[in-house]
Amino acid sequence: MVDLSTSLCGVKLDNPVIPASGTFGFGYEFNDIYDINILGAISIKGTTKEPRFGNPTPRIAECTEGLINSIGLQNPGVDKVISYEIPKLRECYRKPIISNISGFSIEEYVECCQKMNEVKDVDIIELNISCPNVHNGGMSFGTQPENAQGVVEAVRKVTTKPLFVKLTPNVTDIVSIAKACEQGGADGISLINTSQGMRIDLKKRRPIIANKIGGFSGRAIFPIALKMVYQVYDAVKIPIMGIGGVASAEDVVEMMMAGASAVQVGAENLVNPYACRDIINNLPQVMKKYNINSLKDIIGEAHK
Amino acid sequence: MNNVIFTILTNEKLTDSVYKMTLSGDTTEIVRPGQFVNIKLEGLYLRRPISVCDYEKGKLTIIYKVVGKGTEQMSWLDAGEKLDVLVGLGNGYFTEFAGEKPLLIGGGVGVPPLYNLAKRLIAEGKTPTVILGFNTKDEIFYEQEFKALGANVLVTTADGSYGIKGFVTNAMQTLDGFTHVYTCGPEPMLKAIYNATEVDGSFSFEERMGCGFGACMGCSCKTKYGNKRICKDGPVLQREEIIW
Repeated sequence: MVDLSTSLCGVKLDNPVIPASGTFGFGYEFNDIYDINILGAISIKGTTKEPRFGNPTPRIAECTEGLINSIGLQNPGVDKVISYEIPKLRECYRKPIISNISGFSIEEYVECCQKMNEVKDVDIIELNISCPNVHNGGMSFGTQPENAQGVVEAVRKVTTKPLFVKLTPNVTDIVSIAKACEQGGADGISLINTSQGMRIDLKKRRPIIANKIGGFSGRAIFPIALKMVYQVYDAVKIPIMGIGGVASAEDVVEMMMAGASAVQVGAENLVNPYACRDIINNLPQVMKKYNINSLKDIIGEAHK
Repeated sequence: MNNVIFTILTNEKLTDSVYKMTLSGDTTEIVRPGQFVNIKLEGLYLRRPISVCDYEKGKLTIIYKVVGKGTEQMSWLDAGEKLDVLVGLGNGYFTEFAGEKPLLIGGGVGVPPLYNLAKRLIAEGKTPTVILGFNTKDEIFYEQEFKALGANVLVTTADGSYGIKGFVTNAMQTLDGFTHVYTCGPEPMLKAIYNATEVDGSFSFEERMGCGFGACMGCSCKTKYGNKRICKDGPVLQREEIIW
């Protein structure tokens, strides 16, 4: 029997596979197609203080082995997520819940995290300082070490839950940002959020996406994500959730060898709604193939 | 929703750019006319959402227009080839709203989802009138198929090369007493229909989708009843909730 279990700051996971925020809604709708209790955890849709419709449509464009999205953090707002979405997920799901929080000011991040801190069903808070699709917020906190540290310090004061910070790859030096987050009191790092990209409609001669540019994700970004997980693992002592282009059990193993303690699956859920289930089912045979008895043993092994 | 591997039975050209494909496979997840399927194609990252034209036990019919890479690739597929398809997507048309004299209006490649709807309405003892709108005579398809079901069929062409000259709304003017409008087609057509009558209606919308099953929020729209996802809460919206 191979051991798929892992843990994030004391939160035990049956396996390292977690659907990434924004690609799995609030989770419960996927329970109609498979038992979501097989998942390691779920990172639910990014939540802001106020309800948001998000950006104008079209919000989606395709590219080779990936897609560009510009959703713009559509969500019903923190109060409704707490009063309706999380309880609805809990009705069918008993494994860890990761609450992904976004904001447009430090005050908003603090207020949302304060509220989420009171929610018993939330196991981990994932601070999204990396959304490329909203102005005056999101990513602007994640591109300067001092800004990142500032927001993490402020949020740290209001939550006792494990605090992960989700970083953008759209920076010159990911390591300095990750270190600043650790310095600010983060318990872990999630990386990466989407890269950036665009497509142009040749017939219309205009950008396909209404917002012109968007976040680039999908299998195509896997090597970028892997490289950043590898770099950050060397620089921080806190655990990492590896995210970006993960589409197979082999990718999960590779991400963990680079340094991830758990792995999030994002865009792949959108083209294969059974992606997480398939990856979890395939993990034991892939582990056997590579003589891995316990996934915990391979975290960061590529560094040795 | 279910993920089904279908086998292509036929893939034939109906007009210059419109094709009809029949497939065999499990259709039990398709519960209503007006739903759609989402098709995985070799080498393309996102699936391609295509409306269901007709379905029965073990058999699916779709009609698609070649508009880009995905649909072009579909047009090359041969009988016997397999397709990975998500079936049973979207809300679809509710025949419960029809009343005695439903009016079905399709524009161009918006015509196909009305076919199974007409079939069902007739099976329920209703007498649907169907308006099929095209730009020109060469683009017309499925007129005979709708007639064969026993529906009253009116065809309009924008250039007057066949049937009633003008748009579907010109044909609407010749009719009265209809109890519900079911429509699918380009958004300007939907809006023109909305403005041409006050009778209740079910309007099927199109939007660029990411997943097609409600996960990514790529195809959201605002309605009077809050934000909806065209793929999951739609594609059919009721007249009273639409915000143009």
